[in-house]
Amino acid sequence: MSDELHVDEAELQAYADGRLPSQRRVAVEAWLAARPEEAERIAAYRRLGQEVRAAYEAMLSDPVPERLARAAARVPLRRIAAVVAWLALGALLGAVGGWNLRPERPLAQAPDTTLIARRAAIAHATYSPEVRHPVEVGADDEQHLVNWLSKRLGVKVRAPKLDEAGMALVGGRLLPGDNGPVAQFMYQTQNGRRLTLYVRTEAARNRETAFRYARESNVGVFYWIDRDVGYALASADLNREELLRLANLVYKKLEP
Amino acid sequence: MEEGKRLVELIPRLRRYARALVGDRATADDLVQDTLERAWAKLHLYRRGTDLRAWLFTVMHNVHVNRVRSTRATDVLDEEMPELAQRATQTDALLMRDLDRSIARLPADQRAVLLLVTLEDMSYEEVARTLGIPIGTVMSRLSRARDKLRAMLLGQAAPKLKVVK
Repeated sequence: MSDELHVDEAELQAYADGRLPSQRRVAVEAWLAARPEEAERIAAYRRLGQEVRAAYEAMLSDPVPERLARAAARVPLRRIAAVVAWLALGALLGAVGGWNLRPERPLAQAPDTTLIARRAAIAHATYSPEVRHPVEVGADDEQHLVNWLSKRLGVKVRAPKLDEAGMALVGGRLLPGDNGPVAQFMYQTQNGRRLTLYVRTEAARNRETAFRYARESNVGVFYWIDRDVGYALASADLNREELLRLANLVYKKLEP
Repeated sequence: MEEGKRLVELIPRLRRYARALVGDRATADDLVQDTLERAWAKLHLYRRGTDLRAWLFTVMHNVHVNRVRSTRATDVLDEEMPELAQRATQTDALLMRDLDRSIARLPADQRAVLLLVTLEDMSYEEVARTLGIPIGTVMSRLSRARDKLRAMLLGQAAPKLKVVK
């Protein structure tokens, strides 16, 4: 019975940080299951953690000002350039390859989660203006499209039905990605406003994430990771609220 | 000189924490610079083989407390929000600004605990040692910081973020 359990605030905090030993974790989960308000509060703390990490993540790859490199290295000025260059390279590799400058403690946030937004935006900007060849395989052959893309990505991909939001599937295509093939589905409204869904497999270390929003020039992107698949929904024709509504719809439709 | 190289490597993490702690980049970099200089002056106190990062954050905490004490009059938050690092503009700038602003509004003691746990992923024991406070205090400050932050963000009625399971 839940009476036997005693869960204090410190344990709830440790639970939110994912730091409880498994036995206590099970106990806390049971305790929370009977208390929806508390469960929501702790879930909110977890989300906050993700958001705080995301908010300051960019500082890790920000070029180190020379005065700091100098203060740390206590080296004469002429050698500073090399130190700064080395740090900048680290930051660049960190940004591009997911290689981290300080690998002794894995970052809770995988460094390349924002990359999916950029890739999706570029793919959107490339193909959505196409009049004659927006997709490789059209919606009239949807089953083949989905089978083909699933086979190439190595996971089951689906083209969610978005008709209720006025978005009809145009079709899809295969794209090269950072870690293998990527799928892109294209949708459009009756008056030709377009939306693309970018789907790629994610390394296992990437956690599930909340919806995040990014903007690359005129393309807005909502992106999220669900287990081992990353999704990015991009459009240059929809505003943020419209895009968020569609992201919610896509997420709902993709739920097993 | 091993430590010198490690100090250089730790700069980005010191800057990230300092930026979140003090609210703007210029002040954060001043704090990091003071910390590095102080670290060199006190390096003989650092015991080799122990965690240099934890030691450095302790130095930073002490420097910060002294700086705040000596500049109390100016330790008032700007009404204008400072900019985040450039790459941050690619992600949700609005959400981040709200978050940054809300974090800045937390009491300084609570903010430090929250950031060391969240950004640095320090254990509660490490946080207690770094800040020189009992672990019970770490836990209560963490709890209060989260509670306040959540309330502030809810109050702003920002666009609802749905969380993927």
